[in-house]
Amino acid sequence: MGRLLTYSDKNTWIHRLCGVTKMVFFILWSIVGMITYDTRILLFMFVSSLLLFAMSKTEYHQVATVLKVILFFLLINVVAIFFFSPYQGTKIYGTRSDLLHLAGYYTFTKEQLFYELNIILKYFTVIPVALMFIVTTNPSEFAASLSKLGVKYSIGYSIAIALRYIPDIQKNFQEIKTAQEARGIDMSKNVKLIPRIKNIIAIIFPLIFSSLERIDTISNAMELRGFGKHKKRTWYSERAFQLSDYITIAFILLFSILAMVITFYDGSRFYNPFIILSFIL
Amino acid sequence: MKKEIIQFTDFTFKYRTQKRPTLKNINLTIYEGEKVLIVGPSGSGKSTLVHCINGLIPNSYEGEIEGSVLIGDKNPAKAGIFGISQVVGTVMQDTDSQFIGLTVGEDIAFAMENDCVPQDNMKDTVKKCASLVGVDSLLEHAPSALSGGQKQRVAIAGIMTNDADILLFDEPLANLDPATGKYAIELIDEIHHTTNKTIVIIEHRLEDVLHRPVDRIVVIGDGTILADTTPDELLSLSTLKENGIREPLYIAAIKYAGAIIKPNDHPSDIHSINLQYNKDKVKSWYQSIEKTEPAMDTEELLSIQNLTFSYEEEEPVLSDISFSIQKGEMISIVGRNGAGKTTLSKLICGFIRPKAGTITYKGVDMAGESIAQRAEKIGLVMQNPNQMISKPMIFDEVALGLRTRGYEESAVKEKVEHALTVCGLYPFRNWPISALSFGQKKRVTIASILVLEPEILILDEPTAGQDFKHYTEIMKFLEGLNKELGITIIMITHDMHLMLEYTNHTIVISAGTLLANDRPAKILTTPKIVEEANLKVTSLYYLAEACQITDTTGFAESFIQYDRKVNQ
Amino acid sequence: MKKFTIRSVVAIGIGTALYIVLSLVSIPLAFIPNTAIQPRAALLALLAAIFGPIVGGAVGLLGHILADAFQYGGVWWSWVFPDAVFGILAGIFASKYQIEKGGFATKQIVLFNAVQIVANALAWIVLAPILDIVIYAEPANKVFTQGAFAFLGNIITIGILGTLLAVAYTKVKASSSSLDRED
Ligand SMILES: Nc1ncnc2c1ncn2[C@@H]1O[C@H](COP(=O)(O)OP(=O)(O)OP(=O)(O)O)[C@@H](O)[C@H]1O
Ligand SMILES: Nc1ncnc2c1ncn2[C@@H]1O[C@H](COP(=O)(O)OP(=O)(O)OP(=O)(O)O)[C@@H](O)[C@H]1O
Ligand SMILES: [Mg+2]
Ligand SMILES: [Mg+2]
Repeated sequence: MGRLLTYSDKNTWIHRLCGVTKMVFFILWSIVGMITYDTRILLFMFVSSLLLFAMSKTEYHQVATVLKVILFFLLINVVAIFFFSPYQGTKIYGTRSDLLHLAGYYTFTKEQLFYELNIILKYFTVIPVALMFIVTTNPSEFAASLSKLGVKYSIGYSIAIALRYIPDIQKNFQEIKTAQEARGIDMSKNVKLIPRIKNIIAIIFPLIFSSLERIDTISNAMELRGFGKHKKRTWYSERAFQLSDYITIAFILLFSILAMVITFYDGSRFYNPFIILSFIL
Repeated sequence: MKKEIIQFTDFTFKYRTQKRPTLKNINLTIYEGEKVLIVGPSGSGKSTLVHCINGLIPNSYEGEIEGSVLIGDKNPAKAGIFGISQVVGTVMQDTDSQFIGLTVGEDIAFAMENDCVPQDNMKDTVKKCASLVGVDSLLEHAPSALSGGQKQRVAIAGIMTNDADILLFDEPLANLDPATGKYAIELIDEIHHTTNKTIVIIEHRLEDVLHRPVDRIVVIGDGTILADTTPDELLSLSTLKENGIREPLYIAAIKYAGAIIKPNDHPSDIHSINLQYNKDKVKSWYQSIEKTEPAMDTEELLSIQNLTFSYEEEEPVLSDISFSIQKGEMISIVGRNGAGKTTLSKLICGFIRPKAGTITYKGVDMAGESIAQRAEKIGLVMQNPNQMISKPMIFDEVALGLRTRGYEESAVKEKVEHALTVCGLYPFRNWPISALSFGQKKRVTIASILVLEPEILILDEPTAGQDFKHYTEIMKFLEGLNKELGITIIMITHDMHLMLEYTNHTIVISAGTLLANDRPAKILTTPKIVEEANLKVTSLYYLAEACQITDTTGFAESFIQYDRKVNQ
Repeated sequence: MKKFTIRSVVAIGIGTALYIVLSLVSIPLAFIPNTAIQPRAALLALLAAIFGPIVGGAVGLLGHILADAFQYGGVWWSWVFPDAVFGILAGIFASKYQIEKGGFATKQIVLFNAVQIVANALAWIVLAPILDIVIYAEPANKVFTQGAFAFLGNIITIGILGTLLAVAYTKVKASSSSLDRED
């Protein structure tokens, strides 16, 4: 079992922001990061997301495991792009400056290098913000704050339940595993692949079935306690919008618009240093 | 003239998957403002009856209904769970699955949130209710970090915020320590008095419920109503005993003494029962019992030294616990909710690892052994059955451990069927576990460990939610294992009677430390320990006092000896 | 079509949580990045088949977003939507499968698998690569190869694990009037 990121309670201005403010920020931030290939904007975003990350007092060990996984996938992805399409950069930027001939079809070009650097940068603009969003947002407060966006509370509650049950189901997974071990099934890592797959299945089946049963008991319990009685409901853990929430939202809106304007100013989402270079040369 | 508020007329209900009806021809009327106790064996249909009142049947559980039920003037089938929830509030039996909120505070507030109560009011009410049941320091805790009893307290706090006219409690005491159980009953009584709500309680712990008066007791057996009368009347009859429900101990003692109990002696309350004519009978009966001292050989089996553990850094759950267990003993571990009993059992089985200290088995340190290796000698039945069940069908679940140990299928069948018989589940062997009552599920988990015949058997609350008949059957079997095969048995329990009756040695845990380690009767006669560990003095002491018997401990021990002979 | 009830709200919530936890269990197809045999695919198909397209779609959407976020700290949107679309498609015939009524037998198994193969093809061979190209401007041959492998991994996982799950669950639910005490 890998590890999932979890909320941790600290007291910084980022923690005190409403969950929904952080969500809006995160969504717009990642959309901008997704669309733009403008290296200048990406660099700006990268630096500021690191700054925010530091301000949120998130410690490295909180995110270390996840970060390693991300870097691993990033590496694979970057290599795969080169493997499948070594001239994607040349195609995009319209020039070709060879750096190193590898073998046969494969040549390493400046354009490809730049293109892939941009991809890496795109990852790095979003990752710190996403990690921070998760470790600084109290799940109940987040579910509650969704209603501020006019999201129907039943949907907000679905999300609340999902967040509420992740640790429970992880615990359940562990419990089923120990319960089986306690009856003599060897679950350790040193069993061979096939029995290990069998073991995983032996955990997954009861895990899924007990969760399905839980769906029934929980919906019964919720109904018995009046869920869905009224069109609206109040939230125990809701937090009111503060000035800092308005400022944050205003900032991210302005930034997104500005970034889009800069990105598409010359009619292409790619910032192209090679054209300028070729003018000069 | 009182108004009817719950009315069953010729009511029959059959679950969709069942061949036969679970409730048969029920006629039952409960009036506004009444407080009614429902008792009956495990699997007799009590929870099913509750579901008929709160509308889960037929709205959530499918099935066939004959006859009619009216809640106030509503028909649950028409009004929906929703409509009924405005008049009925329920504390369900399975406290684990009714925990909805992300934290204790949110869970208590859930019903108020749905009622659009403003946040400030909500926070005040939550604080008030939480402190009434003693969970106010846990408001930020997630359910996974609560003990079994703490969850039950949260459920009770949740219903106190509700303004429904009818409150249903399905085994509210099952996981509570004796003192908290007593307190919960007082709390329910107070709600009853101050709000005049109609209250229905389902409980196996009859004596504990009678700590405060109830208007009526309804006895259910196999889906029909066997008795519906006042407590005083019922205790004078033999209905309870005949149907495998435990009578209050003092009543049993008086009856053993050959005395006759009449309803107007007010037998439902030990403190005001009229013993005028019966005192002497009880006294002479007591004197006629010969005392036998159990013999014990001693060979140390399990030894725990300076065991320390915490889930989170700064909060130690167990600190510096040391004790040892001899081969062939039957031991009880008691202590208030959240004291760390379940945690201790998990440490012994290696599910979690200690911060400090050692656990040795026959002199060998077990630190290096895996869960599976420990399981060869130590079997654990966990507190919550849902944590253990991993197969959908009953037979397969019980057979699981045997099959992984490579037994022949014919041997598996024989052993499994025997264990199922002992646990009263043989007729259900081909059923899916999801069609069982809560107490039946718990018995499935007991059976699944019993078949493995480990050298040490740890049972976490084995009798919670069990009726007297099944309780006795299971305990008899455990005793048999203990006597004939020399299996050492450790029971974690809140049942003072079980501790007195079946164990020869009690370990009291209080706030993570070892408070006492002694003979059970001795522990229950030491007020300081009783007080500090939230235990409870049994009613036998009051009876002894009332009969001017000075050796109260001796009286309790004699009663138990006699009782066991009778039930043999 | 199944109605949207409180049970659906809870099914989405718990289904999503389960989907996220199962995301941690996977057997990677080492040679193609970002693809693996994932039990969570079987779960999604099962949930859709039991609770219908709304729950299926919502679990696919929320589950994939949150799983990505919690595991990788980022969301790969071009693979989120195909999962949601798959959930919707797999749930369209929910009422025909009879899983909760104890009636999931040969005829239903065939339908379930036919539907899952078509749905997987649409999601992973068509939709995912197109979104990859549109959103991330990734090279076409890379994303189509990835899509094809995701398709293969999923139809195999769902075909075996998903079918087994549905068959076992239908047994748990038992058919009408079938339970009786035996001596
Ligand atoms: N969901 C279900 N589907 C089918 N049958 C059921 C279901 N729930 C209960 N039953 C049947 O009804 C019987 C009575 O169950 P119920 O839960 O009402 O018992 P109970 O009196 O509350 O027992 P306990 O004291 O153990 O909680 C069970 O033995 C079982 O046969
Ligand atoms: N997983 C956990 N994480 C953090 N704290 C926990 C966890 N499990 C239990 N605790 C805490 O540890 C303490 C001891 O819990 P434990 O379950 O051992 O109590 P117990 O004596 O078995 O109580 P009960 O009689 O109510 O079952 C409790 O205060 C509980 O809040
Ligand atoms: Mg019950
Ligand atoms: Mg416990």
